Amino acid sequence: MNFSYALLIPIIPLALFVILGLFSKKIPPSISGWLGSLGLGASFVLSLYIAYHYFLGAKVDGVYQTFTYKNTWLIFSDTLHMDMGILIDPISVMMLVVVTTISFMVHVYSRGYMKGDDGYTRFFSYLALFSFSMLGLVLATNLFQMYIFWELVGASSFLLIGYYYTKPSAVAAAKKAFIVTRFADLGFLIGILVVSYYSGTFDFAELNNLEGNIITNWAATSFMGLSVFTWGLILIFMGGVGKSAMMPFHIWLPDAMEGPTPVSALIHAATMVVAGVYLVARLFPLFYFVEDGFVLSIVAYIGAISSLVAAVIAVTQTDIKRVLAFSTMSQIGYMMLALGVSKYEGHEGLGYMASMFHLFTHAMFKALLFLGAGSVIHAIHSNELEDMGGLRKYMPITHITFLIAALSIAGFPGFAGFFSKDEILAAAFENNTLIYVSSVIVAGLTAFYMFRLYFGIFWGKDKKYEHLPHESPLTMTIPLLFLAFMSIFAGYIPFSEYISADLKSFTSHLDLPLAAIASTVGILGIGIAYVFYKKESNLPEKATHLFGSFYKWTFRKFYFDEIYLFITKKIIFGILAAAIAWFDRVIVDGFMIGIGNVTMAFSQQIKGVQSGKVQDYAMSFIGGVVVLAMVVFYIWIN
Amino acid sequence: MILGVSIYEILTLTSILFFIGVYGFITRTNLISILISIELILNASVINFVVINKYLYPDVLQGVYFSIFIIAVAAAETALAIAIIINLYKQISSVEVKDTEVMKY
Amino acid sequence: MDILSLFVVVPILTVLALIFAKNLKQARVVALLGMFVQFAMSINLIVAYIKERAVNTDIMVFTKDVLWFGTFNIHYSIGVDAISVVMIALTAIVVLAGVFISWQIDDLPKEFFVSLITLSAGVFGFFISTDLFTMFVFYEIAVIPMYLLIGIWGSGPKENSAMKLTLMLMGASALLSVGIFGIYFNSNADGGALTFNIFEIAKVHIPIASQNIFFPLVFVGFAVIGALFPFHTWSPSGHASAPTAVSMLHAGVLMKLGGYGVFRIAMYLLPLGALTWTNFFLILSAIGVIYGAFGAIMQKDLKYVNAYASVSHLSLVLFALLMLNKTAWTGAIIQSLSHGLLTALFFALIGMVYGRTHTREIAKLGGIMKILPFIGAVYVITGLAYLGLPGFSGFVAEMNIFVGAFEHPDMFHRIITIVVVSSIVVTSVYILRMVGKIMMGPLADETYKDLPKATWFEKVGLVLLMIPVLFIGTMPLGLSEMIKASIQPFLERLL
Repeated sequence: MNFSYALLIPIIPLALFVILGLFSKKIPPSISGWLGSLGLGASFVLSLYIAYHYFLGAKVDGVYQTFTYKNTWLIFSDTLHMDMGILIDPISVMMLVVVTTISFMVHVYSRGYMKGDDGYTRFFSYLALFSFSMLGLVLATNLFQMYIFWELVGASSFLLIGYYYTKPSAVAAAKKAFIVTRFADLGFLIGILVVSYYSGTFDFAELNNLEGNIITNWAATSFMGLSVFTWGLILIFMGGVGKSAMMPFHIWLPDAMEGPTPVSALIHAATMVVAGVYLVARLFPLFYFVEDGFVLSIVAYIGAISSLVAAVIAVTQTDIKRVLAFSTMSQIGYMMLALGVSKYEGHEGLGYMASMFHLFTHAMFKALLFLGAGSVIHAIHSNELEDMGGLRKYMPITHITFLIAALSIAGFPGFAGFFSKDEILAAAFENNTLIYVSSVIVAGLTAFYMFRLYFGIFWGKDKKYEHLPHESPLTMTIPLLFLAFMSIFAGYIPFSEYISADLKSFTSHLDLPLAAIASTVGILGIGIAYVFYKKESNLPEKATHLFGSFYKWTFRKFYFDEIYLFITKKIIFGILAAAIAWFDRVIVDGFMIGIGNVTMAFSQQIKGVQSGKVQDYAMSFIGGVVVLAMVVFYIWIN
Repeated sequence: MILGVSIYEILTLTSILFFIGVYGFITRTNLISILISIELILNASVINFVVINKYLYPDVLQGVYFSIFIIAVAAAETALAIAIIINLYKQISSVEVKDTEVMKY
Repeated sequence: MDILSLFVVVPILTVLALIFAKNLKQARVVALLGMFVQFAMSINLIVAYIKERAVNTDIMVFTKDVLWFGTFNIHYSIGVDAISVVMIALTAIVVLAGVFISWQIDDLPKEFFVSLITLSAGVFGFFISTDLFTMFVFYEIAVIPMYLLIGIWGSGPKENSAMKLTLMLMGASALLSVGIFGIYFNSNADGGALTFNIFEIAKVHIPIASQNIFFPLVFVGFAVIGALFPFHTWSPSGHASAPTAVSMLHAGVLMKLGGYGVFRIAMYLLPLGALTWTNFFLILSAIGVIYGAFGAIMQKDLKYVNAYASVSHLSLVLFALLMLNKTAWTGAIIQSLSHGLLTALFFALIGMVYGRTHTREIAKLGGIMKILPFIGAVYVITGLAYLGLPGFSGFVAEMNIFVGAFEHPDMFHRIITIVVVSSIVVTSVYILRMVGKIMMGPLADETYKDLPKATWFEKVGLVLLMIPVLFIGTMPLGLSEMIKASIQPFLERLL
């Protein structure tokens, strides 16, 4: 089978980016929107085509084959060289489908959402750039290629968050997102250097090779008590932590909501933020076998902590996009912990499959939630929950689709999120009870805050609106409907047939007792939200008082921003950089100027010799002659 | 040859004359005085030429010719110096050395 | 006339022609014509070099040797390898762009172009010579016009800056000349005549005691112009005071002479000395990388930010050279190229912003992108390229350096590499701070509303610099392999 035409999938958005970017002033909005949507539509169709052919035909002896097409891009040394190419295997094909689906939907949606904006064409060119980079990341054949596209998605995320670049808060958020992830990427890069130095390769196939040098020989090298590869993997995972907004690098994600809402749906909900999960999944054999899964347990705990903390914070936030942002973080934590508790072979590798499954369904319903929120924001021009209420009458389609997505994320039986979440909980239950308990709590919290949002927006008290809100245009509602469809039915895809850590199919069943527990907790969360927020009541306030200072801590997001701000502003800028600037000006430059000044002072001292008086010169002349004469005379007489 | 006067006495005289000139040159503050001092120095050397010619090589006259040559040049030089001094006086209304110290540092 | 000597002759002819120019219009046409010919020749040189390399395996090709001063055996000997070729191309591009950027210089245009082109003649001569003395002479020719260019056409405390710059570089030249004469007088260590020819000296075994003495002299002599910590302080004030085209040329090309000289002379002729001294200078250059980056964070003047950024990036070049392996050296050369182009772009852009708003203070600027979309967009792209975004030349260079440096078997080298790698975060902090403040955000001043848009010559200048940046960034293989092949003989001396 030949999948080399998969190259077209990233190439189409790249071409779009070049065309729209270079001629952003010349191309009228009416054309650029269509151009972008059609291009991504083509990529979308191609991805589906590949998925169809791959999943139904690429199995040999029950194992999914991997297809690689690559060219050398840069040669570092005799052993290390970097290829550019495409890698077709189950998870990359699945990611292709996710990325192109969401990207296509967001393109179509943006045609309505961004209507009348000054930078309409520029917006579409950025979107195309992002799609290209993300697809390149997904298809990467080696660590270094992945790093390249990793950085590029970071840059396009910077451009898109800062899309409203005249707004200081948007600029600040864009900078923050870029710098925080850049700091995490530093770990990624050093990790790549370490791993590639000791293994002599960047290539995924060689790194993940079960008989390969690393997996069999990881114990041969050690540094501070752990294998060098373990350190390398921890550092690589640090990159994933940054990109996926896990603790402690999550602070950029809520601020990133300053970008236009379709961008949040595409980048900060469905695709870029799951890159960290994808990275771990991509290197899964390495994570699993090196140091007997030590790094994988780090992944699991970071995922679990992030999902819990984010879910708690999401309960108290009032900006609807921020609630969704924390919800995203929480759900990605789910995916991470599922990977973390996974084993390698057969049904043991349930967590791996569950993680990818949840990635898929989450992309659908979270994008839908964001696009729905965008539709609401588009109608009433505010992000604040306080300004909303009773919108179900005005926006029926948005209302229904949002409800579907909320049910899906809450794990209501029959919806997509129910199935994927159940697999994650089953995997956690089998391997780590602590993580399982925390995950169940998160499931309840998720249901609660989602329905707090839902009731707050569409029910509750009818607010007085200056302009009567109305349903969004067709170009915005069609993606909503499509994604709503996916949010229900994506759960019925037999994922374990297609995706597993060891590339072999296995069958997974719905674990009924666990599913029952999770659903009960979820429905309980929905019920509490119903009581609290369906009608105007004073219950939420009472609950707030009940929790007291804990509520305040949560509302301030556990002061993470303040801590980072203190470290960067006070310590790095205020102390370190200022000290260096001072040192440079006073000590280093002062020393150089000092040399000059000493020379000047010396010259000042001796310049009196050049007095300009002829008589002084004559005096020294005669004195010189006399001295010379005496010397000559002395020598002569001796 | 002057009876009763040896070359040493005359050379001593010219040496004294020379150093008076040098002393004058260094200590005077008036440009005209400095010029006169230079004349003293020149004349001391002219006398030396003549005396050494007379006492050591009485049969040739180069020393005498040379002294005439020096006197001529000295006259020209003095004329030039006076011209400079007069011009200077026109410019700065002074012939004092201390007022001409612009060529320094 | 051979293909290389033309690179010196054309600028001289241009200078001669400029003397007869009567006004700005004529002066810039003559300058543009001369530099365009130079640019075309450099493109031609690259093609010719690739062709010649296929049949010629000498270290240097297009060589020529003319006795110049017999008493001391000084020759005008020239020749190029891939490294000189790319440096010549870089210089040609930056000078041509510099002429475009100075299109509307109103103060003594003729004299300005004369100085600028004289300087470039020195640089071209430096890159083609293979004789120590001739090289040194061209180096001085390149440094001296700087004083006039900054002192006359500069801004701010220009006399002071010009003097500081010239004095520090002259001080370095003094060390350098001692080092060069040291090499010269040891060039008969194996018997034979004293010589200045680099490749003849390379065959001689200079005693290790002399190498240890002269290596630091030559290294520091060149490294001062490559902004080695703590000898970098001439660069911020010098760049801040210099006119736009001069900053471009200086940071873009002149500072590269340092790394090139270290590579070509210090490392090649004094390999044993290099091995003795690398760790010491490695620490200095690593400090320079981090220190320059942190220094750039707190600056208030745009040009100062860029000057400190240059300190950081050029220290990285020295750092890579001191790592003594092929990958890192390739990275060093590409970093020289890449930094040359990017910093020239930055200075050009700063010049354009300054020319319109009459301020370079970051606090007083803001929201320029809205008013000047072209300049703003190029500024953002340049910023992203500068902080090492993939797809631009900086990334290729940095990755070569980091991978190469990390390959060093010694633990000390690897740890210091990790320290240096962390500079990429600091770089992104100062770049984004600058870009975010001046290009984005609300308009800082209402009067900026009617700033004139970018003119055609400004656009040409910027695009000219941008093309190679993108080219190296997207298709680096050919270039890096070409450079690698030329590095081989130089590296072998150290192993």
